Amino acid sequence: MWYFIFRRTAGFVATLFVVSAVVFAVMNILPGDPALTILGLDATDDALAALREQLGLNQPVLARYVSWIWNALQGDFGISHSFRVPVSELIAERLPMTVSLAVAGMIFTLVIALSLGIGAAARHRKVGDWGVMFISQIGIAVPAFWLSMLLVLLFAVKLRWLPPGGFAGWSDPVAAMRSLVLPTIALGVVQSAVLARVTRSSALEVMRQDFVRTARASGLSRRRVLWRHVLPNALVPIVTIVGMQFAALVTGTIVIENVFYLPGLGRLIFQSISNRDLPTVQALVMLFAAIVVTANFVVDLLYVVIDPRLKART
Amino acid sequence: MTRRLPVNFILGAVLVALVVGTAALSLVWTPHDATLMTISNKFAPPSATHWLGTDQLGRDVVSQLMAGARNSMAVALVAVLLGGSVGVALGLLASAIGGWVEDGVMRLADLGFAFPALLFAIMLAAVFGPSLTNAVLAIAFINIPVFARVTRGAANQVWTLDYVLAARAAGMNRFAISRDHILPNIAAAIIVQATIEFAVAILAEAALSYLGLGAQPPASSWGRLLSEAQTLMYLAPQLAIYPGLCIVVAVVGFGLLGDGLRDMSDPRLSRER
Repeated sequence: MWYFIFRRTAGFVATLFVVSAVVFAVMNILPGDPALTILGLDATDDALAALREQLGLNQPVLARYVSWIWNALQGDFGISHSFRVPVSELIAERLPMTVSLAVAGMIFTLVIALSLGIGAAARHRKVGDWGVMFISQIGIAVPAFWLSMLLVLLFAVKLRWLPPGGFAGWSDPVAAMRSLVLPTIALGVVQSAVLARVTRSSALEVMRQDFVRTARASGLSRRRVLWRHVLPNALVPIVTIVGMQFAALVTGTIVIENVFYLPGLGRLIFQSISNRDLPTVQALVMLFAAIVVTANFVVDLLYVVIDPRLKART
Repeated sequence: MTRRLPVNFILGAVLVALVVGTAALSLVWTPHDATLMTISNKFAPPSATHWLGTDQLGRDVVSQLMAGARNSMAVALVAVLLGGSVGVALGLLASAIGGWVEDGVMRLADLGFAFPALLFAIMLAAVFGPSLTNAVLAIAFINIPVFARVTRGAANQVWTLDYVLAARAAGMNRFAISRDHILPNIAAAIIVQATIEFAVAILAEAALSYLGLGAQPPASSWGRLLSEAQTLMYLAPQLAIYPGLCIVVAVVGFGLLGDGLRDMSDPRLSRER
């Protein structure tokens, strides 16, 4: 088991390094002068030279990469050109928004998808099953940003129950929660649709096995068998997908925050693109990619917990 | 064909034919010029001349949706062909050579999964400015690892078959075998994947165009029509409905078609039906 964990950890660190190299290469080595991109075509030569000096563009590429990584590891992502504060400060301010949204989306996804998936498996080839399969087929095809607009049309424009967007801060917790309801649903529906299907097929697989029949035959209730015996055994494929989905939810916040005007990292990325704030974009892309890679790594480690057979084998 | 065609294949084929047909038709004919503005006739209700009415600038909605279909199909086609050919080539290479080359290609493919199309498009937009070309490149890029994996998996199975051994014994080199024997035998798996990736690409293009990272004005794209409609939701909610429906129809169509093709190409699955 320890060898397994060690190997995965080494792979994880190596992947992060390669990802950082790719991000750095795309943002720095591709043709074009970052200073010119930031300042625009009518910048004076002096201003360009000063900015190149500040960004360290006069140093060799490799040295710039090493110092970027070295500083990033210590939490220093450079200075945002448009906000004129350290990028790390911008991230710290906006991270809670993005994390709350992603976590809320994950909880929504798990609750909806596990109930629907197990429910559909229990009613295999009956109306309930077909209903869940049909809804999930549509759910997968609906773009999250369009679903957001439909939710706003119904609950904000027509019924006026919830705000159409914006976020006033955590000082009023009730208002804050209310502004997060629609974004959470919009974010979670697609992932719920995917996960419900995986849960269903994984549960169906388990339900064919003998121990399920034995459990039923020895008088356990249908409900208890489903949730205590079928679900735990169906978890391995579910966890794989959930890990990927957490990554998808985090990157999904980029879209959702822009639809609902929520002040998180996703909004920040788009503001930085329009401001041509390359250091901030670079830091944020790296951060999002790191979250995706980390989520996959955590899933790998979770296998050992969920599937004791792995513990014995390695 | 003796077997009955799967329902999802038929339904998918009908929807896909509808979308592709509309896109093709828009090349030669739309009811009106999709970009022609008639401000005096803005927000017109549906009528005989404007079947779904007009938008905030008096442009015909049906014509815009048709042009949007063309844009969507073109982007998906180019992105999947581009990403697919690179991915298939890498997958064939990995399978043909094996050893460290195979390991290397597969590790690279793992890496590709760390970059969702959105992140890649964001990087390209930050460096080069937003454009449809960048969106296509970003979508193509995420297709490479997907196709590389599918191809390598399917190809590895074919490499163990007797007629491939025979070809090797006859002195044929690995690349010629890949081209003449492996590729034709894994074509079904690749076509199934391509159909599904088509649906993914349509969704990705819509999202990127909605966010302003894809099609730029005045080009019609379903995603961009939706981002324009969002600011007008109190005035003209119907404009926020139609383009979304088009996206769903196209995505469901290609998704069902892909599922249906897979059921047909994998007898194990279709017997279970």
